[in-house]
Amino acid sequence: MQNGYTYLDHAATTPMRADAVAAMLPFLTEQFANPSGSHRFARQVRKSIDEARDDVADVLGCRPGEVIFTSGGTEADNTAIFGTLDRRGGVALCPAVEHHAVLHAVEARHGLVVGVDATGRVDHDALASALVTSTDPVSIVSVMAVNNEVGTITDLAGVAAIVRRNAPNASIHTDAVQAANWLDLRTITPHVDLLSLSAHKFGGPKGVGILMARAGSAFAPLLVGGGQERDRRSGTHNVAGIVAMTVALRATDHERSAENERIGRLRDCLVDGLQDGLDDVTETVDRAHKVAGSAHVCIGGIENEALLYLLDEAEVCASAASACASGAMEPSHVLAAMGVPNERARGALRLTLGRTSTEADVARATTVIIDAVRRLRTGRAA
Amino acid sequence: MKVLMALSGGVDSSVAAAELIDAGHDVVGVTMRLWGGESDTGCCSVADVDDARRVAQQLGIDHLVFNFTDDFNAHVVDPYVRAHSQGLTPNPCIECNRHLKFERLSERADLLGFDAVATGHHARVDVVGDRFFVHRGADAAKDQSYVVHMLPQRELRRTVFPVGHLTKAQVRQRAIALGLRTATKPDSQDVCFITQTGGREAFLGARIPFRRGTVVGSDGAVLGDVPAIEMVTVGQRRGIGLPGGGPKRYVTAIDRTTATIVVGDEADLYVSELTVEQLVWADQPYTGDVMVQCSAHGAAMPAGLDGNTVHWQQPQRCVASGQSVVFYDASNSYVLGGGIAA
Repeated sequence: MQNGYTYLDHAATTPMRADAVAAMLPFLTEQFANPSGSHRFARQVRKSIDEARDDVADVLGCRPGEVIFTSGGTEADNTAIFGTLDRRGGVALCPAVEHHAVLHAVEARHGLVVGVDATGRVDHDALASALVTSTDPVSIVSVMAVNNEVGTITDLAGVAAIVRRNAPNASIHTDAVQAANWLDLRTITPHVDLLSLSAHKFGGPKGVGILMARAGSAFAPLLVGGGQERDRRSGTHNVAGIVAMTVALRATDHERSAENERIGRLRDCLVDGLQDGLDDVTETVDRAHKVAGSAHVCIGGIENEALLYLLDEAEVCASAASACASGAMEPSHVLAAMGVPNERARGALRLTLGRTSTEADVARATTVIIDAVRRLRTGRAA
Repeated sequence: MKVLMALSGGVDSSVAAAELIDAGHDVVGVTMRLWGGESDTGCCSVADVDDARRVAQQLGIDHLVFNFTDDFNAHVVDPYVRAHSQGLTPNPCIECNRHLKFERLSERADLLGFDAVATGHHARVDVVGDRFFVHRGADAAKDQSYVVHMLPQRELRRTVFPVGHLTKAQVRQRAIALGLRTATKPDSQDVCFITQTGGREAFLGARIPFRRGTVVGSDGAVLGDVPAIEMVTVGQRRGIGLPGGGPKRYVTAIDRTTATIVVGDEADLYVSELTVEQLVWADQPYTGDVMVQCSAHGAAMPAGLDGNTVHWQQPQRCVASGQSVVFYDASNSYVLGGGIAA
């Protein structure tokens, strides 16, 4: 991070790992050949892609042939939803708290959106009943592994059981973009047919991601053309991105359990510090249901748009909800679906920690946030 | 001082930011996201936010976006719809200035430690005696003192209009010299939340039930009807369902209870008095000779002001209820106050 900045926005994007950056460079310089070419330079690059695919398959617990490289999480999500509907007909279903890359795709095709409980987890009864009562057969159910805003972990085994029982022909997709840092992906893939990942959320570069598609999950490609990813995705491979992503994914997988413990302690310290220093700070989701890097609180008596300005001024990078195309903060559809009252949601603050987070970051952020909130509350009272 | 500059994505606010920077101020640009619905005109489209952000980048200042859509709905859109259903002709841009561009933004600016709020309006804040008043902008054709007439001392003290001393031509020249992408952007003309394709009728029709109205002459004879009295304004000539060719006839009165629209000659529109409600004053309430302006670009006419009654020196066309009426000093150079036509 730039000097002095305290970066607590790892759910938005992560700083790239140095080894991932280094892994890109040969493919931006000497090894520039198109991996689909028929000469030796092409074959050399092709080998790097094939090795990367093996590595990814190992981390995911799937076969190499089930790994499709994409331009990122959004493309993977869109391919899963649109591609399945285009190939198999029927309707898509997702919970109301999905990332917009899933939610807007489902809504665009007039799919079913089901409610969630107060922790943000899909309501199992509502899910079962929607699957059974839908007039059009549900062909794909998409449930995120970890919520990007509040950090809630989905019980994917439970969801899968409900889907298999009530709609045995439906594909199950999970947007696992926020899961890679915290959950062993091998424990997720057995429950799903399709899974999305995005490199920049785990120390890789932006503009590259993965769609894991189990053999037999039928979907039409979103991008057609040269047929590079075995006709499931066309477009010249982003070789540097794919190789760097794989380096980052391997390292993340290797460090995961130690980082979960270290970062979990930092997160607890951060949230406890805020609650000790300020009145009326509520944790949106109980820590038992969340990933270690996620702190999400609702702070009474302030507007988060104003708070974020003061934090930015004090060189603390945080966020609230997702921003619209104009850059304006939108009221959170996640908090609304969880039943958080508007009044509370106005004071929502998302602090997400990651690999580069330190005790010093937490100490500094705690002080800055407490000062800023006090200042805003005093200003309001005046 | 530390100034929060409202950047709409237009040329005036772009150059206003440059003027503030030149004057040595610490400037942060902000674009307010106000209308969340459909739009093909006016401010706060994503394209305009892009322009504002790019201008801020070119000028080397920070750029923020504040989402005030809830407040905009509550203070501008909902009252606009309600006013129409009550047979009034509201001016939403003035309510937006009153509640959003100043009240809401100033409060936020205060909270965040800014000393002043600036906008790109063509108007000036100047001291008369020891009090602040909104003065007309240097470019008479572009003067916007009418739409910012409602500012009280508390706001005037911390408000800056950095292009008020420039003509529009000078503003554009400055923008061209700075290479700003907004240099040749046309002025926004219309209400930002009304689409050009659907217009006021589609916007209101989706929100309130329209009532059919009977059009009668001043003698009470029925002349025709209109599909929506909510769309009719006093002074209106076209679109009232009367055949062309005859003498020009104007709407002179609207009776909501009987859904009746009275039409008459232009002479019937002229009145010697005007009652104004919801008065606001820059300083103290004023009684005496004033110049009175009843539309954004209309001429100010001389009158005597007594309480909330304007006594015109010469009869004037009556002003539709709901329109803003602004009082200037007798020399017609600065705003004393204003209100809403009863």
